[in-house]
Amino acid sequence: MRRDLIASIVAALTFTVLFGLAYPLITTGVSQVLFPNRSDGSQVKVDGRVVGSKLIGQSFTIRHAIPEDQRGKFGKKQIKEPDPKYFQPRPSVTTYSGDVTFFNNLGPNNKALMQQFKGYIKTYLSLNGPYDSGLSREDIPVDAITSSASGVDPQISQANARIQAHRIAAVRHIPLDRVNQLIDDNTDGRALGVLGEPGVNVLELNIALDKEQA
Amino acid sequence: MTFNGWLQLVIYFAVLTALVPVLGAYMARVYQGERLLLERPLGWLERLIYRLLGPSSRTEQDWKSYGKTTIVFSLIFFVVLYVILRTQNIHPWNPEGFNSAPWDVTFNTASSFVTNTNWQFYGGETTMTYFSQMAGLAVQNFVSAAVGMAVLAAVIRGFASRGVRELGNFWRDVTRGLLYILLPLSFVGALILVSQGVIQNLSGYVTTHGVGGLDQTLAMGPVASQIAIKQLGTNGGGFFNVNSSFPFENPTQFSNFVEMLFILLIPAAATLQFGRMVGNRRQGWALYATMVVFSITLFGVAYGAEQHGTPAQHVAGENTAVADGSTGGNLEGKEQRNGITDSALWTNVTTDASNGSVNAAHDSYSGIGGLVPLTNMMTGEVIFGGVGSGLYGMLLTVLLAVFIAGLMVGRTPEYLGKKVEAREVKLVLIGLLFTPMVALIATGIAISSKYGSPSIFNPGPQGFSETLYAYVSQANNNGSAFAGFTGFVQPNAPGNAGAYGITFADILGGLSMLTARFVPLLSALAVAGSLSVKRVVPAGPGTFRTDNATFVLLLIAVIVIVAALTFFPAVLLGPVVQGLTDQLGFPT
Repeated sequence: MRRDLIASIVAALTFTVLFGLAYPLITTGVSQVLFPNRSDGSQVKVDGRVVGSKLIGQSFTIRHAIPEDQRGKFGKKQIKEPDPKYFQPRPSVTTYSGDVTFFNNLGPNNKALMQQFKGYIKTYLSLNGPYDSGLSREDIPVDAITSSASGVDPQISQANARIQAHRIAAVRHIPLDRVNQLIDDNTDGRALGVLGEPGVNVLELNIALDKEQA
Repeated sequence: MTFNGWLQLVIYFAVLTALVPVLGAYMARVYQGERLLLERPLGWLERLIYRLLGPSSRTEQDWKSYGKTTIVFSLIFFVVLYVILRTQNIHPWNPEGFNSAPWDVTFNTASSFVTNTNWQFYGGETTMTYFSQMAGLAVQNFVSAAVGMAVLAAVIRGFASRGVRELGNFWRDVTRGLLYILLPLSFVGALILVSQGVIQNLSGYVTTHGVGGLDQTLAMGPVASQIAIKQLGTNGGGFFNVNSSFPFENPTQFSNFVEMLFILLIPAAATLQFGRMVGNRRQGWALYATMVVFSITLFGVAYGAEQHGTPAQHVAGENTAVADGSTGGNLEGKEQRNGITDSALWTNVTTDASNGSVNAAHDSYSGIGGLVPLTNMMTGEVIFGGVGSGLYGMLLTVLLAVFIAGLMVGRTPEYLGKKVEAREVKLVLIGLLFTPMVALIATGIAISSKYGSPSIFNPGPQGFSETLYAYVSQANNNGSAFAGFTGFVQPNAPGNAGAYGITFADILGGLSMLTARFVPLLSALAVAGSLSVKRVVPAGPGTFRTDNATFVLLLIAVIVIVAALTFFPAVLLGPVVQGLTDQLGFPT
């Protein structure tokens, strides 16, 4: 018993130094040398300024001031709305928080979840409907009207992007073909052609759009 | 369901099956003390550790001594982890200035990581310092995995033994498993993950000014080193709260595939390690085949259910059919890059193995889709199962199967030439029934007590499922969750001010994990100790074969029957009611 106790304490110290300090620190050192950008979060720069991470989705919104007499009981001074000139990412229950992650975990039969879906559908239709005549509820791809697990899904489906392309083309006065071309350029295909699902990287696509018009 | 989805399943199991005999043979060499190529770079470290450990590392141990060392060792690590987690305010590498979680949550977390469960009531990026993540949690990821693998090695020696009482030396088994299996695989794995974009740094959180004009703060940390071992060691504890759905843990389609492989790699290879060590590889393949049949079947169920979508979607008017450029299905709580296929496959393999990391939100799975992870855990985590613990659990199940077969034909049952008698069968039953008993009793207490209700999030049958899932997951040392269930309330204020634990859920969960880890572990060692001294009866024409398809079918039947008899009533109350209301419309 005593021999086991002493050996266990020695092991606790030894293994903590080996696997708790040496292993992660050496891995950090090697990673920083081999993959400097990736080990720091694949940060994306525009004009020398970090605008986010390629891997972490972000919101593209515009802010409207709310007139003083219309402010609700919380006195909210401004409202955020999706910016029509940017491709919009998937709905997120964390409004794209990159440092406090959670999910709302509503169950499959939960009425609150059904209402949340209805809200997503309404938002999507009112944003894209005016630019895509004949767009109906049935046409909306699921990724556009369900929230992602991480809250920061960096991608949308190709079908979602192609619907939004109509809006982007109209608002930005770019030919639809060109917008679709940019979508293809910023699509991450399946790994090795078969693994996972293809997705369009929203941040990279929006940066490409801005560059197109710069 | 799509052709590509099934193709991915085939590729996944083809790659796994190709790796199993290679790694299995290697693992057998490690535990049989044979010479390894890796001894050249790491041999000095092994010898140094033995020198530090002193004479303990030189004596052969019988099952009682081996078991006692396992318990003392785990106890010490429990205390060390508890102390580390409770002293966060003096830690180095704490750029966000986190304080410690309260005592009850810490008790739960320490129990969780020492038992290879990695159930998490806390959110990593809002609770844990980098020092806690590395020196506390990641160390446990290694050590608890190595303990499981060591005990398995000892149990196999008991099955293979020709009349020797001793089962090996705990310290040597743990050290060799750590240095020659877990460390090299994790290091290479971590670098593969970093190449895909998993982060690995010690920086403070980075605030960026986005294209759309909004600021966003990005969490940082030494993630890849921890994710590699969390998948390989069937630990599953996320660096981040939303676990492997967060892109910094699992950024690409390729990283997702690699992490899924890591999840099953060691538990799957253990079958062939067993085959090698008992000198009959067909025995190992029979166990592997049983596991694969189960796994593929349950994947099919989850895949179909999730592709169908949920009542909430259908009532809201969502079109869940597959379309050109869209996955269709229940994408609520799933990532675009994983879609339906790879979310369902991950959910299936992470609960086959007692891994428990998630890349999608199980709580938002459809009724039947959510039943799949629950069913996997209810089989007692023997379909692959945890590293080490999965296969020793499976070996107990095998003994039960040959016992039942023996009863049917009226012969004394035997396995690998050893007679299975009353003492072994009693120990097997303790080992197999203890975990479900803990899960059901804990669920019962939690459901019938007012102290259990603050943990529940969803109304109706889903709320019951959350509780059942929580205790089944903790008792089986899995660690995945219907994550609406909580034991730690965090208002996300700086430094975790105002956070408090739900003591009842923390303690009940912690005790479930601890008891249901160590009682079956000791039972398995006791069975091995009992078998080790038995004479080997040469196989004759009347011997019941345990390496053919008939036996695989029998084993599957035994697993299904035991799990069904134990859990059927509980399953009816939760997921089945939930699944049936698919047709009943929409209750509030």
